[in-house]
Amino acid sequence: MKELVVISGKGGTGKTSIVAAFAALAASKVLADCDVDAADLHLVLDPNIRQREVFTGGSVARIKIEECERCDICRNLCRFDAIDDNFRIDEIACEGCGVCHDACQYGAIELATKTAGEWYISETRHGMMVHAKLGIAEENSGKLVSLVRTQARKIAAENRLELVIIDGSPGIGCPVIASMTGVDLALAVTEPTLSGIHDLERVAGLAKHFGNRLAVCVNKWDINPEMTGRIENWCRREGLAVAGKIAFDPIVTRAQIAGVSVIEYSSGSAALEIKKVWRRIAREMELENIA
Amino acid sequence: MNEDLIVAVASGKGGTGKTTVAVNMAAALSRAQFSVRLVDCDVEEPNAHIFLKTVMTSRESAVVPVPVVDEEKCDGCGKCGDVCRFSAIIALGTKAITFPALCHGCGGCVMACPKKAITESSREIGAIEKGVSQGIEFIQGYLKIGEAMSPPLIRAVKKQAVGDGVTIIDAPPGTSCPVIQAIRGSDYVILVTEPTPFGLHDLDLAVETVRQIGIPFGVVVNRAGIGDARTHDYCAVQDIPIIGEIRDDRRIAEAYSRGELVIDALPQLGKEFLGIFGRAASGARKREDDPQ
Repeated sequence: MKELVVISGKGGTGKTSIVAAFAALAASKVLADCDVDAADLHLVLDPNIRQREVFTGGSVARIKIEECERCDICRNLCRFDAIDDNFRIDEIACEGCGVCHDACQYGAIELATKTAGEWYISETRHGMMVHAKLGIAEENSGKLVSLVRTQARKIAAENRLELVIIDGSPGIGCPVIASMTGVDLALAVTEPTLSGIHDLERVAGLAKHFGNRLAVCVNKWDINPEMTGRIENWCRREGLAVAGKIAFDPIVTRAQIAGVSVIEYSSGSAALEIKKVWRRIAREMELENIA
Repeated sequence: MNEDLIVAVASGKGGTGKTTVAVNMAAALSRAQFSVRLVDCDVEEPNAHIFLKTVMTSRESAVVPVPVVDEEKCDGCGKCGDVCRFSAIIALGTKAITFPALCHGCGGCVMACPKKAITESSREIGAIEKGVSQGIEFIQGYLKIGEAMSPPLIRAVKKQAVGDGVTIIDAPPGTSCPVIQAIRGSDYVILVTEPTPFGLHDLDLAVETVRQIGIPFGVVVNRAGIGDARTHDYCAVQDIPIIGEIRDDRRIAEAYSRGELVIDALPQLGKEFLGIFGRAASGARKREDDPQ
């Protein structure tokens, strides 16, 4: 079994549209939506939820106000400014470190486990999918991403599926790191803009840092052909595979509105170009079941 | 002209135009003689400097505290590992071992150690840079590559943003801790979206987030015309003000690709960005209402 993660650095470059297209193209796979913060893949894949589980993240402190002697020790020790003048816990600021709980001489502070979201195993018209919803304003997104990946790998192993396709999140922080450690290939979807290049360089730095193989695909390449050339040259210098480029096509948005992947919606140029990218990725990963 | 106000620009979905709104609004305000500060809190991928061509005048490293174990004093009792909720320090019958990347810097292990064998040193997680451009005071954070936790850096960046005038915060995408850290304490949040199913779905998450924190907010619809009417319907039903619309225009996309300000490429849009700010300012909470 192999794992492919689609990332981008910059948001909104087309990760999810490309993952949805790969879902329609790949023969033997499980999908894992690891953009748990703002998951969108389900909008295209229309999953039937078969299993629903609660995700418990970290802890949060609660002060039992009737037992509180207002000694101020907790307020002095808290490094996250999470306890106000009236000894109320700011649950958003609280990191759940337990320092206040451990220090309180009156046993007035308890640590409660927070329900931080849900995760699901679903069936879709393109196979099984593992996805999640992180609670609003929650932390521990990295932990939830790892959980989604583990479940997806388990399903792939049980069903002898060849590939796990992971939809990653933007940025280079905690959820991105959790979605890319140990994968066989990371595909960075970028766009030919100065911001896109800047963010691609950082996400490529992250891949290098964790020893990941990285391929690059330029979406909406014709918005700025000169910038696209710069990205391709940069990739060559860095020894990164260019997995192809996809021209700007309003069809991509129309497919999204119709709730289907570009591949299912049209056989136009964007669909053809994504197919080429997919074949290149499949070769790069030495997959047996290409389509 | 002067107006003390903190406006954060956020979105659930990435790539909807947060930075475009933040930098163009800042530049339009600066040209209209406002005193403006732009704070780029998208520390994983900070892009605002590209558009403002900011010349940085200072750079300092941002650090978090991490435990250091004095092996002479440590007897491997394991109390540090018992109190650490993040598995960042353990002692299994030997000397304590630390995992700095997992450490939240709470100081719990230092307090728990009966041998006083743990002290704290600092670990660099990124940098804070400052500069000036087009009369705009500029502050940004850069998360070090490989570093997982951005909220402490965002907190440190925001601490540098003090003084009178308008403060515009460019927030990271999403709805979890980095976003919360970026938008807390603001007087108004501008949620930038695009009228597509992904944009709307993530707008709804962002709306829930901002409502939970309790900051007034409004929506800017970017690339208006590319999708469908559902975003407008949603805002109407939810009683959310649409405080601006930027039409889909290939010239904007091309100017963006070259790292240019929209208000330079299409000067007629300067008024639009001032209008967005004006509507944000009149919807903002008054500071005296704010207990923080």
